[in-house]
Formats: sequence, structure tokens, C-alpha cells
Amino acid sequence: MIPEFGNFALVMALGIALVQSIVPLVGAVQNNSRMMAVAVPAARLQFVCVAISFLCLTISFIQNDFSVLYVAKNSNSLLPLHYRISAVWGSHEGSLLLWALILSGWTIAVSIFKKSLPLTLSSRVLAILGIISVGFLLFLLLTSNPFLRLFPAAAEGNDLNPLLQDPGLIFHPPILYMGYVGLAVPFAFAIAALLQGRIDASWTRWSRPWALVAWIFLTLGIALGSWWAYYELGWGGWWFWDPVENASFMPWLVTTALLHSLAVTEQRNTFKAWTLLLSIFGFSLSLLGTFLVRSGVLVSVHAFATDPARGVFILIFLAFVIGSALFLYAWRASAIISLGRFSALSRETLLLINNVLLLVACATILVGTLYPLFMDAMQLGKISVGPPYFDKVFAPLMLLLVFVLGFGPMTHWRKDTFKNLINRLLKSALISALLGMAFVLLIFGPAPLLTTLAVVLGVWVIASSLATFKNHLGKDKPLDRLRLLPLAYFGMLVAHIGVGVFIIGVTLVSTYEQSETVRLAVGESYTLANRRFELADLTSVQGPNYNAEQATIKIFRGDHLVSTQFPEKRFYHSSSQPMTEAGIDAGLFRDFYISLGEPQQGNAWTMRLNYKPFVRWIWLGALLMAFGGLLAVLDRRYRKKQEGAN
Amino acid sequence: MKPRQQRMWFVAIIFSGIALATVLVLLSLGENMMYFYSPSQISKGEVPRDAVIRVGGLVVNDSVVHDDKNLGVRFKLTDTANTITVYYHGILPDLFREGQGIVAIGEIDAAGQMKANEVLAKHDENYMPPEVADALKTAAEGGSMPIPDSHTHK
Repeated sequence: MIPEFGNFALVMALGIALVQSIVPLVGAVQNNSRMMAVAVPAARLQFVCVAISFLCLTISFIQNDFSVLYVAKNSNSLLPLHYRISAVWGSHEGSLLLWALILSGWTIAVSIFKKSLPLTLSSRVLAILGIISVGFLLFLLLTSNPFLRLFPAAAEGNDLNPLLQDPGLIFHPPILYMGYVGLAVPFAFAIAALLQGRIDASWTRWSRPWALVAWIFLTLGIALGSWWAYYELGWGGWWFWDPVENASFMPWLVTTALLHSLAVTEQRNTFKAWTLLLSIFGFSLSLLGTFLVRSGVLVSVHAFATDPARGVFILIFLAFVIGSALFLYAWRASAIISLGRFSALSRETLLLINNVLLLVACATILVGTLYPLFMDAMQLGKISVGPPYFDKVFAPLMLLLVFVLGFGPMTHWRKDTFKNLINRLLKSALISALLGMAFVLLIFGPAPLLTTLAVVLGVWVIASSLATFKNHLGKDKPLDRLRLLPLAYFGMLVAHIGVGVFIIGVTLVSTYEQSETVRLAVGESYTLANRRFELADLTSVQGPNYNAEQATIKIFRGDHLVSTQFPEKRFYHSSSQPMTEAGIDAGLFRDFYISLGEPQQGNAWTMRLNYKPFVRWIWLGALLMAFGGLLAVLDRRYRKKQEGAN
Repeated sequence: MKPRQQRMWFVAIIFSGIALATVLVLLSLGENMMYFYSPSQISKGEVPRDAVIRVGGLVVNDSVVHDDKNLGVRFKLTDTANTITVYYHGILPDLFREGQGIVAIGEIDAAGQMKANEVLAKHDENYMPPEVADALKTAAEGGSMPIPDSHTHK
């Protein structure tokens, strides 16, 4: 009964979404405020329906209703409750339902916070979000219905993929989706702006915080995914340039560009058409990502849906959304005039360079991701583009970006001179060069040129951010000025420092990580990176739905015991698939990472020992970026203007 | 800058960006592309020596031999029509099992065996890498097709 109810709610949601997308748009054209007013109640009702549907699926999982095909495939009666709940989005159908739920959640958020917006603009935005909802609800109902019954019902479920039975996976998909789907909001704002043919101050002040919030979620989602892959996949990698990772990273790059372009639009009344284009690109890439992940065209560890009907549906939807958005842009963008003027050396120019570098980086990733698909479609052979391609293309672009980043905040809007700029930044440039080199030299000894350069640039970002801050405070009454600085300014500083921390982490871990595969019997030990790893014991452990072999590894520095780790090899009852649980001794400056391989004769195991210097700085940097974004969202100017308008 | 100059400035920066990207892509794409081959193509000697390639197929039952002393492992990989030998040094992924579809990345040596640098098994046990599925299909259409574990009929 419950699954049927959920299915019915989904059909209802589709009907309401249709009303939500058509009626307000017609109303906006005819200037009929009663028709436009339909948008808000429709959006709320749609959310309620999707939420009910989602709840029904969750109940089916909690009750172990194995007469539902999707539940039978992805759950098991021995599965702990929290994993039964997270199993709802553990596979294709449920994760799409989560997509739809989050989309209607964003829509309802717009409908709640929209008070200060003109009715025409807000109803258009809600209608466009409605159209996207229609697409996804149709996709769910036609190709990926999670409520399909299994007859006769299964006696026991298949179990959730053991890799997904992990706390990280409870949060990673919802957070990432919040970001992915959140890009629909700036997209809808951009389309609405194109429909009305102008961007005014209220538009930018509106679009910017929404783009920021989506970006924060995207940042956290990607960082969480990377962290999860690091400790769960068992071999200590933190980024694989896997097509699915790329699918989330490309919208992130474009949205980062969008945030900077929005800043120019808000402060300087220029870059307007460009901002609109970036808003369209951002969401288009998030749709493209959905297509790549969900259609099964990819050779990827994440892709397991291989139903051609799904791919065709998303491809058509993708073509429709992106095609009509770009068509509208080509048609209407010339009506949107940017008034602000700037000279060749100005913050505007530097932000334009930032935007171009981010877009170019995104384009190179797109090429690397789609090229194999293109070759395959043209029957030119099956190829894959390996991580070295991405490293090689991406690193120089990012170093250039980071170099420019150091100048950006210190450069004046509109017009600046080289002489003044150098005056302001010479000290931080020298300090960062010396500090960066000393840093690498003291910790790791003589280093490759590229490593030193990258670390210096990482320090440069941090040093120039601090210099900008000092400059902003000025010489007299710095405390008074401090109080006047907007929160968004601190947000920028923190996020930029995060970029520096991230660059340093990536550089050091990629240059200096060490890894060794060894065979150890109980009592034997091996020395890596000045630490002695001793296999002290082997035991068997019982989990709720698995058995595990657990090793006790003692890590010594000299004769001093630093840490004891318990890496496991788990065998889940429901599948023949073993799982490696790594033992990680984590620290701010290094991780020691141990993963078990296979049992050997004579009470021994093969295992992989890893030394990962500064690996935590990667996620620390991402966290700082997200935190910076949060500070910017909380800035008074977004709240005050809206309250003032009420 | 005047509006027209400003527009030219925009275009100039964007084009330098595109030029930069094109150079980087052209420099890196060619040398970091790996072609996929099936065991049949390797048996026929269609694979260039010293090229890093991807090979996919099913691991033949009872073909996996471990060398405990130096962590070496050898196994046979088949697309049902032809079979090649792969050797690898290190820990195999959790999902590596006999009868399972896997992809190996490495080079073909003088003896026609594959020296793998990396062995990939996918994270879903019901999942077959699409390339492997294709290779199997092609081999099947080629006519001769012993079943994967034909070596092991006991």
C-alpha cells in the first residue's frame, strides 16, 4: 500500500509541477497577477508531494519491504537502521528521487525568501524551476520508478553495496546534490532575467547568495567524496580524475567563476551578460554530469546504470534545457547592457582572467572526459584518458590562476597602476618566496623546481591575502575600520587562504608520498618514512552483517610507540565481496595509512603501508573555502536590503 | 576604456585563454591516451610494443598463481576466444576474483605476456566493465568460443 501511495504522490507532483511551470509564465506574459500568484502555492504543494513520495520509499526501506524491487536490490534485513535509511539514495532510482526532493526544496526556499522580488521575476523563476522538476519527475516515472513491485516478493534483500555502508556515504550524496541542484536557482534567475530583458541591482543581490549557497554545498560535497574515497577505497588516493568526479568538479569550477563575475556585476555594474552565461553553463554542466553518471555511457567506478532508455531521456532533456537557454541567451543578451567602465589594469581585468582560466580549466576536463566517448561513438577505437593528462593540463592553469589571485584583491576597481600595485605587494611577494622555499627545504630537503614553485605560490596567496587585509585596516584607527569591514570581505580572505592551504597540501602529498607493499608475519616489522610498522597481532572480529580479519599494527618512531592501528578485511554475509577498511593514523602534517591485502601462509598478510605528508591540508583548504563562502552569505547587505524592502 | 575597446579586451583575454588551453590539451592528450585491446587482438599481435594499453577480460578459473616471496601474481585473462597471461606485482583489488571481469593496464612484453602496472576491478560485483562486455561479445561473434573455465573441467 505504501509504495503505491508514494507512486501516486509522485504522479501528483508531476501534475502540480506542470501547472507551476505553465500558468505563471503565461501570467507573466499577460501581466496577469492572479495567474502569476499560482507559482507559490504550486511550488509548495509540489514539495509536499515529492516529500511524501520520498517518505514512502524510506518507510519501505525501514520496514524491509522486499516486495519493492528497489528495496530488495539495495537493502537487507540485517542492515543497521541508519544504513537502511541512507540506502534510499544508495542507487539510481532513489538518488534521482532525492534529486527531485532537493530541487523542490530549493524551489520552496525561493518561494519563502522571495518577498522583496518583483512578482513577475519571482513567478518566472519559480516557473523555470517547475520546468526542471517536470523533466526529472517524468524521468523518474518513465524510466526509473523506485516503487516498482517485485512479484513474488523476495524473501531477503540483496544488501546495500558494502562500499556504501559507511557514515561518509550517508552525507556525501545529499550534500553534493544540494550543490548540484542548487545551481538550478541561479540558472532560473538568469533565464528570468533574459526573459525580462534586464538585470537590475535587486537581481544581482538576489542571485549572488543563492549561487554562493549552492557553491558551498558543492565544495563540501566534493571534499567529502574525496575524503571518503581516501579512507574507504583502501589505497589512499584522494582524487582519481574519474569521470564522475569530473562531473561534479566541472560545475564547481564554473560556479567559482560565476561567484567572481557576480561580484563584478554587483559592485561595478558590468560583466552582466557574462554572468548570465556563466549561470547557464553552471547548471548545464550539472545536468551534463547527471547524464554522464546516470546514463551508463561512462567507464567509471560510479556508473552502474546501463539502461539505454535512461540515457536517451536525459540526453533529450539536456538538449532541450541547454539548447533553449543558449538560444534565449543569443536572442536576448544584447538587450542587457553593462554600464561600468574599467581600464586594462584593474580588478575587473584580473577577475576576467580568473574567469577565463577557470572556464578553460573546465573545458580541458570536459575534453578529457568526453573524448573517449566521442572516439567510441565514431568507432575510432576504445580509449581512456588517464590521470596524467589531467594533472599535466590542470597544474599549469591552476598555478597561473593562483599567481593572479594574489594580485586580485589588492588591485583597485576601475583603474590601477603597476607602480602602486608593486609597492603594495612587493613585501608579501618576497616573504612568500623566502618562506615557501625555506618551508620545503627544512621539512623535505632539496625539492624539484615545480614543487618549490607551487608551494611558494600557495604561500603567496596566503601572504598577499593577509597583506590586503592589513592594507584595508590602514594605519590609523585600525580597530574602527575592522568593525566596518563587511563579513563578505572576511569570507573572501578565508576562502583565498583556503586555496593556498589546498595548493600546499596537494603539492606536498603528490611529491613526497611514499608507499610500499610488503608481506608481514606476526612479530615482523617494516620501516617506511622513519617509522617502524610492526604487525603485532591478527584477530577475527564480528560485525552486524560481516566477519572481519583484523590486524594490530604498532607504529614506532625509534623505540617510542606512536600509534596502534587496526586495519580490517571485511567479508559481508550477503555478498562474496571483501572490503578493505584501512587503518589511518591521521595528523595535521602527515597520515600513516595501512591497508590489508591478502592473507598469506604462516600467519602473515600482504599489506600496503603509506606515508602521506600534508594530505589533510587538501580537505582543510576545501573546508576553509566553504567557510569563507558561508561568511559571505551571512553578510549584512543581503539581509538588510531584503528586510528594508519588506 | 571605451565600450568598444572594452569589448576587444574581453575578446582578447578569452582568446588567449582558449589558445593556452588548446596548446595544453594538444601537448598532453596524445601521450596520455590509452587504447583498449582484447586478449584476441593481443594474441594476433595487433598491439604495438612498448605502448601502455588497457586489456579487459575474464580471469580464468584456477589460473591465479601467487608468488609469496615477492608479492608477484600471475593469472590468465580471456575473452573466451583467446587467452593471455598477465603478471603483476602488488596487492590485487578486493573485487579481483576468478571468473570476474577485470581491466589491466600495462605493456606487452617480448613473450606476448602482459606486465600490468595496475589491475582494476569494479566496485559492484554484478557489474561488467563495458569494454570487457564488448570484447566478450566480439569474441563470441567471431565463432570459436570455449567457455571461460574450459581449462578447469574436473
